[in-house]
Amino acid sequence: MKLSTNFLKDYLDIDINSKEDVYKLAEDMTKVGNEYDSEGILIEATNLVIGEVLECEMHPDSDHLHVCKVDTGKEVLQIVCGAPNVRKGLKVIVALPGAKLPGGEIKKSVIRGQESNGMLCSIAELGIESKFLREEDKAGIHKLDKDAPVGGDPIEYMNMKDGVIDFELTANRGDLLSILGMAYEVGAIYDKKVKPIDLTHKDSGKLDFKLNIATDNCTMFLAKKVENVKIHESSPEMKEKLMASGVRPINNVVDISNYVMLETGQPLHFYDADKLNGMLEVRMAKEGEKLTTLDKQERTLSSDDIVISDGKRAIGLAGVMGGYDTEITENTKNIIIESAIFDSVKIRRTSNKILRSEASNRFEKGLDPNRTYMAIERSCNLLEKYADAKVIGGMEVYDKTNKEDKKIDITLDNINNLLGSNLTKKEVVDIFERLAFKVEDQENKLTVHVPTRRLDISIKEDLIEEVGRIYGVDNIQGRLKEMPIKQGSYDNTTREIRNKMINLGLNETLTYSLVNEKEANMFTMKDNEIIKILAPLTEERNALRQSLITSLLKTYEYNVSRDNKDICLFEIAKAFFMNKGEYKEENRLACLMTGEYYLGLNTKQVDFYIIKGVCEEVLDYLGYGGRYSFIQDKTKLPEEMHPGKSAVISVNGEVVGLIGRVTPELCKEEVYVMEINLDKLLAKKVGKMKYKEFSKFPAVKKDIAVIVDKNVPAQDLLKTIKNNGGKLLQDSKVFDLYEGKGIPEGKKSIAFSVTLGATDRTLTDEEINTIMEKIVQGLQSKHGAELRK
Amino acid sequence: MEEQVKQIEKNALEDLKNCAELKALEETRVKYLGKKGELTALLKQMGSLSKEERPVIGSLVNKVRDELEEIISSKEVELKKAEIAKKLESEKIDVTLPSTKARRGSKHPLNRVIEEVEDLFVSMGYDVISGPELETDEYCFERLNLPKGHPARDMQDSFYITTEYLLRTQTSAVQARAMMANKEKSPIRVIVPGKTYRREDDATHSHQFNQVEGLVIDKDITFADLKGTLEVFMKKMLGEDTKLRFRPSYFPFTEPSYEVDVSCFKCGGKGCNLCKHTGWIELLGSGMVHPNVLKMNGYDPDKYTGFAFGTGLDRLAMFKYGITDMRLLYANDVRFLSQFDRKD
Repeated sequence: MKLSTNFLKDYLDIDINSKEDVYKLAEDMTKVGNEYDSEGILIEATNLVIGEVLECEMHPDSDHLHVCKVDTGKEVLQIVCGAPNVRKGLKVIVALPGAKLPGGEIKKSVIRGQESNGMLCSIAELGIESKFLREEDKAGIHKLDKDAPVGGDPIEYMNMKDGVIDFELTANRGDLLSILGMAYEVGAIYDKKVKPIDLTHKDSGKLDFKLNIATDNCTMFLAKKVENVKIHESSPEMKEKLMASGVRPINNVVDISNYVMLETGQPLHFYDADKLNGMLEVRMAKEGEKLTTLDKQERTLSSDDIVISDGKRAIGLAGVMGGYDTEITENTKNIIIESAIFDSVKIRRTSNKILRSEASNRFEKGLDPNRTYMAIERSCNLLEKYADAKVIGGMEVYDKTNKEDKKIDITLDNINNLLGSNLTKKEVVDIFERLAFKVEDQENKLTVHVPTRRLDISIKEDLIEEVGRIYGVDNIQGRLKEMPIKQGSYDNTTREIRNKMINLGLNETLTYSLVNEKEANMFTMKDNEIIKILAPLTEERNALRQSLITSLLKTYEYNVSRDNKDICLFEIAKAFFMNKGEYKEENRLACLMTGEYYLGLNTKQVDFYIIKGVCEEVLDYLGYGGRYSFIQDKTKLPEEMHPGKSAVISVNGEVVGLIGRVTPELCKEEVYVMEINLDKLLAKKVGKMKYKEFSKFPAVKKDIAVIVDKNVPAQDLLKTIKNNGGKLLQDSKVFDLYEGKGIPEGKKSIAFSVTLGATDRTLTDEEINTIMEKIVQGLQSKHGAELRK
Repeated sequence: MEEQVKQIEKNALEDLKNCAELKALEETRVKYLGKKGELTALLKQMGSLSKEERPVIGSLVNKVRDELEEIISSKEVELKKAEIAKKLESEKIDVTLPSTKARRGSKHPLNRVIEEVEDLFVSMGYDVISGPELETDEYCFERLNLPKGHPARDMQDSFYITTEYLLRTQTSAVQARAMMANKEKSPIRVIVPGKTYRREDDATHSHQFNQVEGLVIDKDITFADLKGTLEVFMKKMLGEDTKLRFRPSYFPFTEPSYEVDVSCFKCGGKGCNLCKHTGWIELLGSGMVHPNVLKMNGYDPDKYTGFAFGTGLDRLAMFKYGITDMRLLYANDVRFLSQFDRKD
């Protein structure tokens, strides 16, 4: 909403004369909750003066420039002017040297050998938006009236020294979409009374017109008729206020309908009465019904749109835009005025679909039924005054609205207890009176009469907000209430995992949950359904990811294309999918690793065993040591994984994630990834950390190497060693692997280091040998392993 | 004979002086003190001396031998030290060559900010809670006093999955969840950091972003408490000199509602590009929990009041680390990420 301070002054005695005054008003409005986007003076140009062209000769070296002598009151200046309409005797707007115009600063100059000490201006050059300009305004310099005082301020003379504040209002303050509403608001801030609006007019004759309201989506419809209007240009004052308010002047009649909407907030519609059949009807549109609106566009309507009809066909889209066929033209004589209230939700849907207008914006926010009456009377008043209209007596009325003030009871405690303030009753009553709310002081409560213009106020908390904002939020001191001491809780495990991953050398990322449909299916077993967005912004983000690896892989590609190397990433976030008709979201940890892991001269490229190490570090740190295994099972791996270099991660026998290389078909480079379902993993209980006694007696280390089939997993061999080692086996690990010369085809040599010991004694050679024999036998019988000598 | 001893002493001292290596030192020792050494040979001739001369010469020879032995042993220590030093010197490495280490990880700036916010509120007795990102219309809107068709839903164009499910547009959805989950309807003190989604994407809006929501419900909670709490919050995040400006505003789930501006930390309120020359930066939405919201979620508005606030974490992170383009947070360029690899 653009507020013209000239317009505001019609209804409020207020001193706003300078740019500083406009700024102060804008700031004071902000403090009570009305933000603005911009503020300033309609024409910001400086150093302008009214001049008279005394002489006007052709430039000796040009076929279109003129050399003029211009009287500016103080002196006569030579100015070169290129406008075709400049001539001797004109009163003009002179920009003196130093003048700042939207196009730049004016300087003394020499144009083709002729001195020029300023510029003669067109209206366009002063900074009026081009949509408000007539062709003649753009074509040449602006001609002032003959009575314009030479040496005077042309902006003041043209009534254009107007403050303009462009407010960004909150959705609930529809009442501020009017000059009157603004006047009440500004009046409350500065404790000033709003002046009455002139609704007077003469009535003659009697209205003969029919209304038929055939839908509940119209709660009020008023119609009145005026005759014999004279159509011409509006007065400069009215045009200025419209332009400052952002509305293009058209002619006096159309301008009045807009002017009254700006004043009262009630949109009006004027019909050419001679193009109607003596009636108006409000009904829902028929599915597919056509209507050509004022802007000559043919619109196709649906049964959700409210239309105005003349009984035969739709002639207007209610609350949004009038129809082309019945619009006011230069030849219009008689007018039917419509002032109505339509359902705000319906209007919003229609305008979102078809077109947003100043009118629809106001209908959407809700209207004050008392203003509906006011607006129709006001338009008669202005049509009589500015279009010589004859107002026909009587009005067609359809009205299902409630026009009573709302009464809300409130106590001083209600207010102070919610705001944390110490207001007195007198202060509170004073605030309500400044807002022009009537207050009845009952003994232990106040009954506040909320005028119908304030649709946003319906409960006592709304009134408390009013008190708070007019009293001034800055006047309430902040406090920290004493509350029972308690320890706050938070998800420490996620943080521990994050810190562990960072310590392992990975960079944490933040990626988008929305991906495209193809990506949403990647790195899954395709056994769940993708969740799709009904109305996506782009096809690139139309579904929710089922795996975080998808996002990390994209991030990897993004970095590679920027020549970044050694990329190690991780993220803790959610994956989404639908399973048996239910929406699921899961917390996951994912990582992606490639390039060099160890830095310096002894670098080490990321391979399966490095990412496996990262995985084990996390699982061990979380307390799952000894409870997990890596299982190479192609049938459980997504097709995006390299089947020979990937595994599922199993904890307590349940698959919680996957790990391995991305298939070379997808990624030529060796890129390793891992993903763990944290919900599944963390549901498995971990015992408390407890000290376990270690042996005071020396342990014995024994090495054995066996030759075994190549595809027997080391994990299985270790398990056999463990099972056969019994209680005295303290540790066992692989320390060497060899294939090739000296080892039969299809076999491998694998060496283990085994630690044996007891907590209460040193083991004897005999004991040790017995265990080692058992282990070797176990490896032989279970895996066909042969001891390598 | 005395002359002879003196000559040997002189020669020996001269030889020892020239010994630069352990080997030469040993040769010198053998030459003079060895079984066949010159001094030893002299001792062997003692028998030929007179009774008077014998003790005099004997003592002289012994003195010289002691002297030489002492010099030899100290020289030996000295030469051994030199030898070790020489060996160590030959093992010298270039300490300025690069170290061997694993890559250095980093924490995303957004999560740094989330952790900082969590730590502050946990220290004030708040619980950090979370809720689903795939939320129902009921919790995201209806239980927050935003019935279907409410104009304020225009402000939040949403990613719907079905007519009932959507990606949550605000962490406020968890407000209703926290109230509904509290069966005893006892006081609540929570914050909710998390991802949110809206149907917009431009230079200053990402379709996915992060918010933190705060909710306090208790007896006798006033606007003054909200003001005090947000003052602590913002001073902690943006500096002790930060000033707050509360502007009355409109949110359907709070009444009264306030937008909160903070004084521009870049220019100190004088006006600059960051604050669009206003001196203020709009950062939070807040207000007193709307009685309808309390009622709908099982709290008696005559007994309880509460406050709620919400702010964008992405912007907080940008301000804190001087990040000028929001898209950097989501692009995950490792040249960006790896800058956040140390203690704040």
